Amino acid sequence: MSNSNFYTGVNKSGQKIVSPDYLLFEAPRDKVFMTGSEVVKEAVKRASVDASVSYPITPQSEAAHLIGELWVEGYVGVYFRGESEFGVMSEVAGCAMSGARIVTTTSGPGTLRAMENFPMWAGARLPIQLILMARGVNSPLTIQPDNLEMSFLLDTGCMVWHAENAQELFDMILAGFVVAEKTDVHIPIITAIDGFFISHTRESVMIPPEDIALPPYNPYTSPTPIIDAEIAPGRYIKDPFVMKSNYISYATHASWQWEIRSAIERSKPYAKHYLRGLIEEYGDNDAELVLIASGTAASQSKEAVRMLLDEGIKAKVVKIKSIRPFPKDELLEAVKNAKYILVPEFNVIGWLEREVRSCLYGKTNIPIIGSPRVAGGMTMPPEIIYRDALKVLGKEVSYVL
Amino acid sequence: MSFNIYKVNEELREFMPPEVLELEEKATWGNPKRGIMDLPYAKELLEEHSLCAGCPESDAFRYILASLPNPEDTIIVNSTGCTSLVFPHIALHTVHSLFGNQNAVASGIKRVLEYRFPDKIKDVVVLAGDGATVDIGLDCTLQSFFRQERITTICYDNEVYANTGGQESGLTVKGHVFKMAPKGKQWDKVPMWQLAIDSGCHYVVRMTVSSPRRVEQAVKKAIYVAREVGPTYIHLYTPCILEIGRNADEGLEEMKLGDKERFSFFEYMTPQAEEVIKTKKEEGLI
Repeated sequence: MSNSNFYTGVNKSGQKIVSPDYLLFEAPRDKVFMTGSEVVKEAVKRASVDASVSYPITPQSEAAHLIGELWVEGYVGVYFRGESEFGVMSEVAGCAMSGARIVTTTSGPGTLRAMENFPMWAGARLPIQLILMARGVNSPLTIQPDNLEMSFLLDTGCMVWHAENAQELFDMILAGFVVAEKTDVHIPIITAIDGFFISHTRESVMIPPEDIALPPYNPYTSPTPIIDAEIAPGRYIKDPFVMKSNYISYATHASWQWEIRSAIERSKPYAKHYLRGLIEEYGDNDAELVLIASGTAASQSKEAVRMLLDEGIKAKVVKIKSIRPFPKDELLEAVKNAKYILVPEFNVIGWLEREVRSCLYGKTNIPIIGSPRVAGGMTMPPEIIYRDALKVLGKEVSYVL
Repeated sequence: MSFNIYKVNEELREFMPPEVLELEEKATWGNPKRGIMDLPYAKELLEEHSLCAGCPESDAFRYILASLPNPEDTIIVNSTGCTSLVFPHIALHTVHSLFGNQNAVASGIKRVLEYRFPDKIKDVVVLAGDGATVDIGLDCTLQSFFRQERITTICYDNEVYANTGGQESGLTVKGHVFKMAPKGKQWDKVPMWQLAIDSGCHYVVRMTVSSPRRVEQAVKKAIYVAREVGPTYIHLYTPCILEIGRNADEGLEEMKLGDKERFSFFEYMTPQAEEVIKTKKEEGLI
């Protein structure tokens, strides 16, 4: 363990401070049987979190309740229910501005209600973690699983990771704080899961002991001044370029926006380390048929690949863990032998297909088929992926669903 | 006390603009008895301003900043509008986040500062216009009162959306013609001071900024009560002389008229607030 001298002492909750590498990769782990919501509590408990603000919306409410329990138990310093997701996302911004490590959760219509805040978080360089339990947005009213809302978040200047299961969610929450708080990154992180499928189902998860935790956030490593009156204010200028109609003002705003996008790219080496790669491949390495998927669509794709391999079809899944930054180089390498690409998704618009197309455009001529698409709460049985794959390959479908 | 953060690094002194050096040498730090009487002598915490010539809002900014009892540990939260043009000129920690979320941001800041610095006094003051406070931000404003956040909210009421070009606001008087109300406003001015009382504020005042001394008193009372009891609210008439067809030298006259009619001085306090104010007066701090 390198730099072990930095990781000594206890945090405000009395947990032993360990390095992120130790917590994520080296600490002994025990098997527990938990829902995704319960896993959020376990991850936050080990993350030396200063504050959290909550608001009820299905399916993220239980995770938010459990963070409240952590506040009662002394693992979180500040916790309350805000007035709406717009208010909550502003409250967590205030918490982050004044130097807190902060986490919050939301879903579907709540995400859209809060929308104005996300680019503001990024622009203010706030390393807030939003755990997003995706559900449909009201078009019309729905509370069912669907990850359409993630597409709205892709250009907010936040990093967006997509966990496949509760285990990955647990690890991503811890890794998320570490990567987002790096001085040369220091932007928000959205750790997303497909609501209900992960939040409300129980699975085996390996977790480290509860008496160790991430090193606390040091706000003075922020690239912008923390609003706590402990360091000199950063905005005292005679002729500020804010809201001015001149070229310096325009250029400042433009370059700041580029800088946010650069910060997302700079997160890549850290994310690659702490997530053990930005993509994961499963199946035949030389596959001609490649399924590109994220979240629970990746799990279903893995099942479909098992069925395709049984049929003697060379297939694999490329799971995308990080949507922002998007792992362009890794994806190009992973599809170099592909003859067909299928992108199964839990939404009607196919935002991942768009990402894949824009990444591969001009680099390959592989046909990209945005299929299957399920939404509005429907499930994605592996058989429909299998069926679509056989159709693409021009093969007869050997059995009916 | 955090006024050490205003000390200039010796190695950089020769590069510092004069206004920053003056802040170190001539501003009033670490003195809760500071006030508007310092204005002619001390370095102000507002470096020029970007408002219209003669704008009463600039008077309000100067009086408020001169009256903060603890400027070295005061966070100012702004919103969008004419006030947002001023925040980069303020020598304190200031925040502009979004239009209408100022009381939510201030709530987060105040709670985290109490958690991070339990032994220090850190005051959080919201300065925003009437559109930000009463229209787009009303939810966040009132909810912060309901939650008893220990912050001071100051509303600059110019009865119009001035920065966007003169549109009717919730605080426009019934019948006044502005853009988006071309037939005249159809309903009454929102009695925000009354909403503040009903929503749990412990000290509420409605006034113009015609009297600097009175502004100082109100600001000090509001900040001390917010620090020790709960939310406080100051409603200031800062007329938009441009939008009501007044000249640059007529702002004071307009406010003096306001003193006699709908902005006649009105002050409310709860028994707890009264107790705090009494103590502070005995200590010579108000």
